[in-house]
Amino acid sequence: MRYIPNTAGQRAEMLEDMGIGSVEELFSGIPHSLRLNRSLGLPDALSEIELMAHMRELAGKNADADGYTCFLGAGAYDHYIPSVVRHLTSRQEFYTAYTPYQPEISQGTLQAIFEYQTMIKELTGMEVANASMYDGATAAAEAAAMACGATKRNGILTAYSVQPETREVLKTYSRFRGTTLNIFGYKDGRIDRDDLEAKLTGDTAAVIIQTPNFFGIVEDYAGLAELLHKRGTLLIVICDPISLALFKAPGELGADIAVGDGQCLGNAMNFGGPSLGFFATTAQLMRKMPGRIVGETTDKNGKRGFVLTLQTREQHIRREKATSNICSNQALNALNATIYLSVMGKEGLKKVALLCAGKAAYAREKLMKTGCFKPVFNAPVFKEFILEYKGNVGGLNEKLMKEKIIGGLEAGLFYKELENTWLVAVTEKRSRKEIDILAGKVGL
Amino acid sequence: MHQDISLIFEKSIPGREAFSLPECDVPLKDINELYPAELLREKPANLPEVSEVDVIRHFTALSKRNHGVDSGFYPLGSCTMKYNPKINEDAAALPGFEKIHPYQDPKSVQGALELMYNMDVMLSEITGMDRVVLQPAAGAHGELAGLMIIKAYHEHRQDLKRKKIVIPDTAHGTNPASAAVAGFDVLEVKSAADGGVDLESLKNAMSDEVAGLMLTNPNTLGLFDRNIGLIADIVHQAGGLLYYDGANANAILGISRPGDMGFDVVHLNLHKTFSTPHGGGGPGSGPVGVKKQLIDFLPGPLVEKGKDGFCLDHERPLSIGRMKSFYGNFGIVVRAYAYILTMGAKGLREVSETAVLNANYIMAKLKAYYNLPYDTACMHEVVFSGQRQKELGVSTLDIAKRLLDFGYHPPTIYFPLIVKECMMIEPTETESKETLDEFIAAMVQIAGEAENDPGLVRGAPYSTAVARLDEAKAARNPVLSYVPLCGCDI
Amino acid sequence: MFKVIEGLKYSKEHEWVKVEGDRAYMGITDYAQKSLGEIVYVELPEKGTVLAEGDTLGVVESVKAASDIYTPVSGTVADINEELLDSPGNVNTNPYESWIAVIELGNLNELDTLMGAGEYEKFCEEEEG
Repeated sequence: MRYIPNTAGQRAEMLEDMGIGSVEELFSGIPHSLRLNRSLGLPDALSEIELMAHMRELAGKNADADGYTCFLGAGAYDHYIPSVVRHLTSRQEFYTAYTPYQPEISQGTLQAIFEYQTMIKELTGMEVANASMYDGATAAAEAAAMACGATKRNGILTAYSVQPETREVLKTYSRFRGTTLNIFGYKDGRIDRDDLEAKLTGDTAAVIIQTPNFFGIVEDYAGLAELLHKRGTLLIVICDPISLALFKAPGELGADIAVGDGQCLGNAMNFGGPSLGFFATTAQLMRKMPGRIVGETTDKNGKRGFVLTLQTREQHIRREKATSNICSNQALNALNATIYLSVMGKEGLKKVALLCAGKAAYAREKLMKTGCFKPVFNAPVFKEFILEYKGNVGGLNEKLMKEKIIGGLEAGLFYKELENTWLVAVTEKRSRKEIDILAGKVGL
Repeated sequence: MHQDISLIFEKSIPGREAFSLPECDVPLKDINELYPAELLREKPANLPEVSEVDVIRHFTALSKRNHGVDSGFYPLGSCTMKYNPKINEDAAALPGFEKIHPYQDPKSVQGALELMYNMDVMLSEITGMDRVVLQPAAGAHGELAGLMIIKAYHEHRQDLKRKKIVIPDTAHGTNPASAAVAGFDVLEVKSAADGGVDLESLKNAMSDEVAGLMLTNPNTLGLFDRNIGLIADIVHQAGGLLYYDGANANAILGISRPGDMGFDVVHLNLHKTFSTPHGGGGPGSGPVGVKKQLIDFLPGPLVEKGKDGFCLDHERPLSIGRMKSFYGNFGIVVRAYAYILTMGAKGLREVSETAVLNANYIMAKLKAYYNLPYDTACMHEVVFSGQRQKELGVSTLDIAKRLLDFGYHPPTIYFPLIVKECMMIEPTETESKETLDEFIAAMVQIAGEAENDPGLVRGAPYSTAVARLDEAKAARNPVLSYVPLCGCDI
Repeated sequence: MFKVIEGLKYSKEHEWVKVEGDRAYMGITDYAQKSLGEIVYVELPEKGTVLAEGDTLGVVESVKAASDIYTPVSGTVADINEELLDSPGNVNTNPYESWIAVIELGNLNELDTLMGAGEYEKFCEEEEG
């Protein structure tokens, strides 16, 4: 067995050395009635050649973004990943290490996380960031829990224009934590402030909005934080980190917590995971922040070094009083994001954002010109937009699939009132030619 | 020797670039035509400006300051730091797995759904459960999902008084934390002298207010609780359910199954037992398996096999709901799937047999040098106490730091909490006798140093990039991001 | 060894109470700070908070542990020691001067349930085993 080095001879030698007759004796603590007295019913072991043949066969049954042109978004995106990201992340020292419990031999991971925290802080305009959460949706759920803890209130009010699965995760977490989750609506694709204010109560710990929201629309939420703070309510903003190269950051607009999904920062779509959730907040709320956090310090010789810090809130110390139960996070995905943002840098990320915005605008115009679509909303969008199709959207996507195009999302699956609408994502990877081909194939 | 590695921000030079992006091939509108000024950011985010070579050198230098499983022995107890097969990476990197979108028409991702379906079947067989869902992103996330399932089950039966979860004092800290997040109160029960659950305490703890018991078996002392049958009866008779924390499943593959021990819910850590890389702290994957009566409560969607192929079943009214976006850490599931197919039934059993043999070998060889609080055959990990060395002025922390000088990652220390000066060693099956012998020799040498030259051990490590770090300073005045000395922009 | 001061009242959770009229200064004992190790943060209550006996008054954090401080007496938080936010280490160097909060006492009878110096010293010795 190639992953098990000890030979039969060595095993015998070890047993003899220990004065034990057989490996079986070591399992004598497990009563016979609890033994599985048969072989596990699993397929026979495969060699490397056989395994890869099987895996290729399975992978070959999937339409992937290399062979197909992807216009699907709604929470996962086909962005460009620079080659160096994989090369660096696959270095085994990053890849095969675990949580940096021993800082002396984990400075690589620790410094990289420290740099990641700095980048997230910079992008969101917040004051502190943690080392990552599972994904954007769970980061939002953790933010909601933290807001309830910090304000000692029990209600969360979330925008209906927040990604539907994020709302579902919020619902699951709040149901079991015993907090309440209410929803306020949208008007012309943006948060309906009247509805928000009408639903705000003295027990509202936080309001959650998303920008760009599920419809791709950039929310204008200037003044919202001030309004909420007067009522003792916090503002949680879910955002697309690439969009933050162009648009006002949550921190600039007074948000208390900024979260989001970092898949777009150098992580493959992976059928929805692994991705990462980022989490940033104010200095005031720093000590209530869930998850792992890396801080700078010095060693006994005065040399700079990094350690996990503020860990006393964490599950291994606080047990049932911990602020969250998260342990393993998405460190490697956060490393992807750190390397991605290093490669893109200040100018590159802005360029990515501009390419997305420009191409999405072009695609929208081009699709409108076909006469097959009606606009749904008129507010400005970033890399995604929603249009109403004059035919059947499901049928359109099936037709496009045959043309090696992965079409947009049938938004009506999540929003009844948006029946037959198409949510189209256009990243920097889509060329004018691909967009033109798409527009040429949407005819009824 | 060990130069300080400057932060990537400190390497930034205005105007330097590492990115490669195409020119815009569509008529580009002016940004101000697309968006009103009040939406736009004025002050750019201060990201570094570096070249591709800078990026490569920087992160390569950082990586050299890490110790991974490929670097050497990593006996971190309860974390199962086994070798991560490379072929699994090749499989997961196939575009048909890596570059597919979660909202694609199921007809266009049949291979991915088939893999998930097969994984459900295989993990169900390995754990003795009836159904496994792959959505939870890590062990703790799996625990949370499992506890929510238990709560939803009782609530559905209108058994609304059950608000407590019983947890032994040997449990991982995550257990009580997960129980609290799932909205339960925690009731801790003491361990008996043999390290197992104290049956009398358990009986006293049980009532019609208890929703269930969370147990790790083998437990964190590395001991299999042979009373598990009785424990299951006590809990079930009082109307509770049994939760299996699969952190230590590496000990029992093909030997004993949680489902047969009487557990109703189980989570596995694919990044421990099933060889997926730990990534410096994640991503993991924490599938949850349940017995028949709990399937309806699993988080969704589930993959079903229909006559037109595989599909996702979203219509599950009793489900606890979603735990995260999409279907879990699919990329990690692909790796674990490749691992199970590589090992087969026989291979997995050999994994556990060898893991247990290796741990017992370390126990036998070191018990003359370190206190062994539970002197009985262990499972996949062995727990020592550094109490003897502590009396000589050398703490378990010192021993751990001294091991760094020998090129090892130290064991898990100060856990479980019920053993003073605890050291929890999990060698795993992927380590050879030679590696174990070298490690044993290092531990023997350190025990000698503790007697003859305790100062040497207390001052360790000597060979690492940094010496012991001031953790109190880091926590008192937290510096959590780069602040340029000049106070100007990065 | 740990220091116990005469004239103060002590709780089983290792808090000390110094009574001045109907107000009580509260902090954690020398024994408590020693077992926690280097204190890195003290979470203070808000002024005006009304507390019942046994409620959490705040949290004391060291690098390796976090410990809730429970008020052994009921009442209203009249004052808090904000100096500890910047200098949590004062709890280590001078535990009996580093009061955490002042409570306006609601029920003076509750003080009778607390231990005196001698009794507390014995209690700690027993706890050490």
